Amino acid sequence: MSSPIESGRILSYGDALCEAVAMEMERDESVFVIGLNVTDHKAILGSTRGLVQRFGPDRVIESPLSEDAVTGIATGAAMAGLRPIHVHIRMDFLMLCMNQLVNMSAKAHYMYNGQLKAPMVVRAIIGKSWGQGAQHSQALHGMFMHVPGLKVVAPSNAYDAKGCMIAAIRDNNPVIFVEHRMLYYTDAFVPEESYTVEFGKARIVRPGDDITVVGISNMLVESLRAQELLAEIGISAEVIDPISLAPLDMDAITKSVRKTGRLLVVDNAWTSTGASAEILAGVAERLGGERPIMVSRMGFAPTTCPTTSALEKGFYPTPVTIASRIHRMVRPDAAVWEPDAGHAEMAYQLKFRGPF
Amino acid sequence: MVEDIYRSLRLIRRTEEEVARLYPSDVIKSPIHLSIGQEFVSVGVIGAVGDDDVVSATYRGHAAYIAKGGDLRRFMAEMYGKANGCAGGKAGSMHLIDMERNVLGMSAVVATTIPVSVGYAMALKREGRGRIVVCFFGDGASEEGVFSESLNFASLHKIPVLFVCENNGYAIHARIEERWANEALSRRVETFGIPARHVADGNVFSIRKAAEELVGYIRAGNGPAFMECAAYRWREHVGPNEDYNDGYRERAALEAWQAKDQMEVVGAMLDQGRRRTIDAGIEEMIADAVQFADAGPWPEPEQLYAHVFAD
Ligand SMILES: Cc1ncc(C[n+]2csc(CCOP(=O)(O)OP(=O)(O)O)c2C)c(N)n1
Repeated sequence: MSSPIESGRILSYGDALCEAVAMEMERDESVFVIGLNVTDHKAILGSTRGLVQRFGPDRVIESPLSEDAVTGIATGAAMAGLRPIHVHIRMDFLMLCMNQLVNMSAKAHYMYNGQLKAPMVVRAIIGKSWGQGAQHSQALHGMFMHVPGLKVVAPSNAYDAKGCMIAAIRDNNPVIFVEHRMLYYTDAFVPEESYTVEFGKARIVRPGDDITVVGISNMLVESLRAQELLAEIGISAEVIDPISLAPLDMDAITKSVRKTGRLLVVDNAWTSTGASAEILAGVAERLGGERPIMVSRMGFAPTTCPTTSALEKGFYPTPVTIASRIHRMVRPDAAVWEPDAGHAEMAYQLKFRGPF
Repeated sequence: MVEDIYRSLRLIRRTEEEVARLYPSDVIKSPIHLSIGQEFVSVGVIGAVGDDDVVSATYRGHAAYIAKGGDLRRFMAEMYGKANGCAGGKAGSMHLIDMERNVLGMSAVVATTIPVSVGYAMALKREGRGRIVVCFFGDGASEEGVFSESLNFASLHKIPVLFVCENNGYAIHARIEERWANEALSRRVETFGIPARHVADGNVFSIRKAAEELVGYIRAGNGPAFMECAAYRWREHVGPNEDYNDGYRERAALEAWQAKDQMEVVGAMLDQGRRRTIDAGIEEMIADAVQFADAGPWPEPEQLYAHVFAD
């Protein structure tokens, strides 16, 4: 649980998203939901549960298997003043939407010199666990961060999920809303009322002095667990959740690194040319020459995600590998350290079970 | 009506000829895809809809823009890349827009505007004022997967959109026989439950009549309709010239189409004195538009970053 508030009502990530969408649909007639499986009994891990019953099939639209066209349809509807939320149960399917997102949605406002806007939300869930394999586990936010005109957010907890969703729906741009399947099994304190989480503002989740750790999406959760393990041996990590990747709050991250002198970015994605590369480069540009800094990054292994758990274990950063890397950075002269196996076990996300 | 059709055909033809004339001087630095010879499709179809209806087109969109009443001065200034262009110089020939006249714009990526038009029309349906979207595209665009996806969605949800395929027989230089397993496009479309007309005679009045019928069908709340209009591209795919020496098509085909040039056919129906007056007015409009473009300022440097994100 990493909600910035410390009391109140507890909500799951999926329920928080659902509540945000329902509140906005209630408030604004132009908001509608479209996507494959948004009206079925599983309701996108519960995140669209009850919406069709409440708002009807004209505002919660089951989509044909036509991701490319539906992205264009959402774009056209947005240009005409509606506020679509296009939902994908797996982020991998966004590859079918790339043409519309990159060539049309992202450019509509610019190309037409401000005469049109494309206010839309594209929800995409990153898969993990139970052998999701090569095509159901990809995190592609880096691809979208690359394109001017697209906003990208990746909230790591139910509080931010609700606030970011409300902000995304009200935003006048296409917003790629990155969710992570494992986050659906986490709860947090979430206010009942409506609120927005501002894009482009990172949050210091745990203050610390020895190193700055930026954790993206689910890796924020894993980094916090690593930070707890490290606290036991007296290493104090400042853990930052960027929340929003485009725009990205480089000022907050830089300020922290200016203090700690060390930066580790843990991305829930591949590292090459990705969000972690961007953050390290941004800090290096800003602090270059000002003081020596030590930088490092972690992410998916540079390979395709295997299905078998025997290999999948090596694919993702874990609290153990993160803690160990941090230890090496903070105490480079000490012997290699790994957290105690029992403690490390406790730190894993245990709630999830299969089959899907 | 005959006079309106003629004026529109003539205005498009002469504007494009002027664009082609100016092009080698490099005042226009934007890839141009001329509609010369196939303007009658846009003119015929757009004549059947109202000012409130919306038109989307392809990178070969000058004809649709002008037929829909898009501002000619701002058109020419956009060609020049000037700040007083219809998109401040950011769009150029391939992305003309005029939302005041409900010209929804164009795209350089083939077929991308098809679903966007469906989405826009979905919003118009919800608005409930009976407005429709006319979505122009080429025969090549019908090969993209998103075309079928969009037809299915539009038919399923009874979206008020008129799909218009301008079939000029070529995608760049590839003949239709090299691309289509079967020429029965209209029959393919009908399998989605969408009424489809094939207007093969190259006649602007046939197109107007078919479009009027289909627009009536759409406005009655029945959902989308489709038409395929045979046409011929007189000039090269991109650029101001003819390309009959390149060996991929014969001049004889051009001559057959020129013999039934709709601008001349319709012009001949008018009183010739009247026709000369219209022609003279059009020359003035074009000269004025060129002057407007010439005199227009360049965008300020900071415009490079304007409108990346909407507020
Ligand atoms: C998706 C895509 N693929 C390829 C191209 C390159 N291209 C530009 S125009 C064109 C031909 C399209 O033909 P058609 O749709 O018949 O339109 P026409 O040019 O004949 O008006 C192609 C292949 C493109 N712009 N977009």
